[in-house]
Amino acid sequence: MFSSDKLPGAASAVAGVIAIAVFAMVLLRIHDQWGLLALGVIGGIALLLAVRTGAAAHFERAFAAHERLMNGVVVVAFLGVIAVLAKEDFSLLILSTVLLYCVACMGLTVQLGYCGVMNFAGAAFFGAGAYTAAVLGGHTSLPHLLVVLAGGLVAGLLGSVLLLPVLRTRGHYAALITVAFGILFRSFLDVNNTLGGPQGLTVPGMTIFGWSLNQGLAIGGITLSFYVNYALVTLALAIVVYTVTRRLERSWVGMHFDAVRIDELAASTFGLNVQGLKIMAFVIGNVFAGMAGAVFAMMTGFISPTDFDFPTSLVLIAIIMLGGIGNLWGILPAAAFVLILPEKLQAIQEYRFLLYAGAVILVLLYRSAGLFPRRLRRHFPPKAVS
Amino acid sequence: MSALLSCHGLVMRFRGLTALDDLDLDIRRGEILGLLGPNGSGKTTFFNVVTGVYKASGGRIEFESQDISKSSPQAVYRAGIARTFQRSRLCLPLTIFDNIMIGNARHLDHGLWFNLVRRKQLRRQFEACWAEAHDLLTIFNKALGTRLLQAAGSVSMIDRRRIEVCRALVSRPKLLLLDEPSAGMTHEETNELMDDILAIRKRMPELTIVIIEHGMSVIERITDRCVVLNYGRKLCEGTYGEIARNADVQQAYLGTS
Repeated sequence: MFSSDKLPGAASAVAGVIAIAVFAMVLLRIHDQWGLLALGVIGGIALLLAVRTGAAAHFERAFAAHERLMNGVVVVAFLGVIAVLAKEDFSLLILSTVLLYCVACMGLTVQLGYCGVMNFAGAAFFGAGAYTAAVLGGHTSLPHLLVVLAGGLVAGLLGSVLLLPVLRTRGHYAALITVAFGILFRSFLDVNNTLGGPQGLTVPGMTIFGWSLNQGLAIGGITLSFYVNYALVTLALAIVVYTVTRRLERSWVGMHFDAVRIDELAASTFGLNVQGLKIMAFVIGNVFAGMAGAVFAMMTGFISPTDFDFPTSLVLIAIIMLGGIGNLWGILPAAAFVLILPEKLQAIQEYRFLLYAGAVILVLLYRSAGLFPRRLRRHFPPKAVS
Repeated sequence: MSALLSCHGLVMRFRGLTALDDLDLDIRRGEILGLLGPNGSGKTTFFNVVTGVYKASGGRIEFESQDISKSSPQAVYRAGIARTFQRSRLCLPLTIFDNIMIGNARHLDHGLWFNLVRRKQLRRQFEACWAEAHDLLTIFNKALGTRLLQAAGSVSMIDRRRIEVCRALVSRPKLLLLDEPSAGMTHEETNELMDDILAIRKRMPELTIVIIEHGMSVIERITDRCVVLNYGRKLCEGTYGEIARNADVQQAYLGTS
């Protein structure tokens, strides 16, 4: 019934994940600039070799063939990295930030990657969640898991303000409207004193069922960084959002999103509710961004309008473009590249937008589908149906 | 025979241009109707008006005695009218299976809860759909049935046409509108495709088909009846033999001598 090419074994996929995890671990731990440079060169050469020898393609096929197992392996790898970095605040903060940006970018993937709905205001929805967390966390006793959910809902609601203009315009015009909205959002925060104005707001740390995340865990007399807690929570959020997004992609709804993106007229001729699907994608994506923003606010403890300005929206777009629009796994390396590199290499910190712009232009010129292009959409992973 | 679809005084104006001019047309249940006429005579516009892509400037369209002249494309599809396009409108980056299933929205469950949470039921629906798409494709081309998971962009032009027809057929419509299915194909490919359409006809005798075509041999071979349009009006109708002998038709196609 289904085509059954010979599927590669899981061992190579596991080895690949371990190699990547070790690389990430070393990258996050090294601070010496020359060491970083050396690591970058080694990483680049390894990647080039992997692509040239076909190891990368083999890894990808092995990964897809044993998807369930590999999802578990990736989670274990993350836990391993977190465990190794358990005492390093800064590295864990970066890791958690990468994961939260991944969550927001999965939202953008639903919007732009699946349904073709432009959104250049990703940071605004991320910010809506963050400010919701600041207000609800600081002034109410709402349980913090609900605060995260509320952050998502507020972002979703805020997005509905944009629905009418986004549905009535296409392409560049829709993009421009979201650009305007993103700038508007930031200006609003700047002048609004009840939300702290340009000085921003402090946000209380997260507490889940009485467990305060700002208290480092003590295991066997060693006190771990409290960022371990946040890394675990962001990982959990990323897993949940990944699962939902993946299921969405592999369903009739995901198929209809794709149909709307590729050919609206044909989609409507075959009875698809084009407007309804666009609304659904837009709202779901914003809810993801809002939830990520809420956790981000509680993790950093302080937010201000500059965290959610237009350049941040561009960073989110840059991540999904680099990773390969529509490919969920492409987001992780792209987010890591975009966020970790400037933090680590002080020399380029100031020029990071130049770096992003250069990277995006190069990718668009030579690999327009992204570094890790999306594969053919399937409803169920190849191995599961036989 | 009763009419499945009939239009009365149908008018479609684009600013100064009148593409359909007071058109009366009946489509009878179960027939294969050929829609002919020179370029720009309003054939494709007729399809677009019937399927709700354009809103008629005047007149009525009745499908099974219901007025559909103001219906949205979605409502027309749900009523049981499916079509193909003159220029292929497949989703080339998607699999052949997905392309066919896009035409099946009427029978698929769209609920977010169903799609996200009830994965076992979704799986069952998926497998039923898979069998259906497979059966349908094998009417056309045995080899295609094994290639459901390939990208639609990876198959030949004639196979893409077949996929388009399958996409239109999978929802089991009552009326199938084929907009010049042989466009851009060789003589042999056209013949193959017409074999396919006759095979469908055999499998689904109650299906009514309207086909826009230019090739006279094709028209002669597969249609029961023809309608010739010119400048958005009906020039004449009848069997192929009748219209081929009609002096007005000869003049419209060849010009006055």
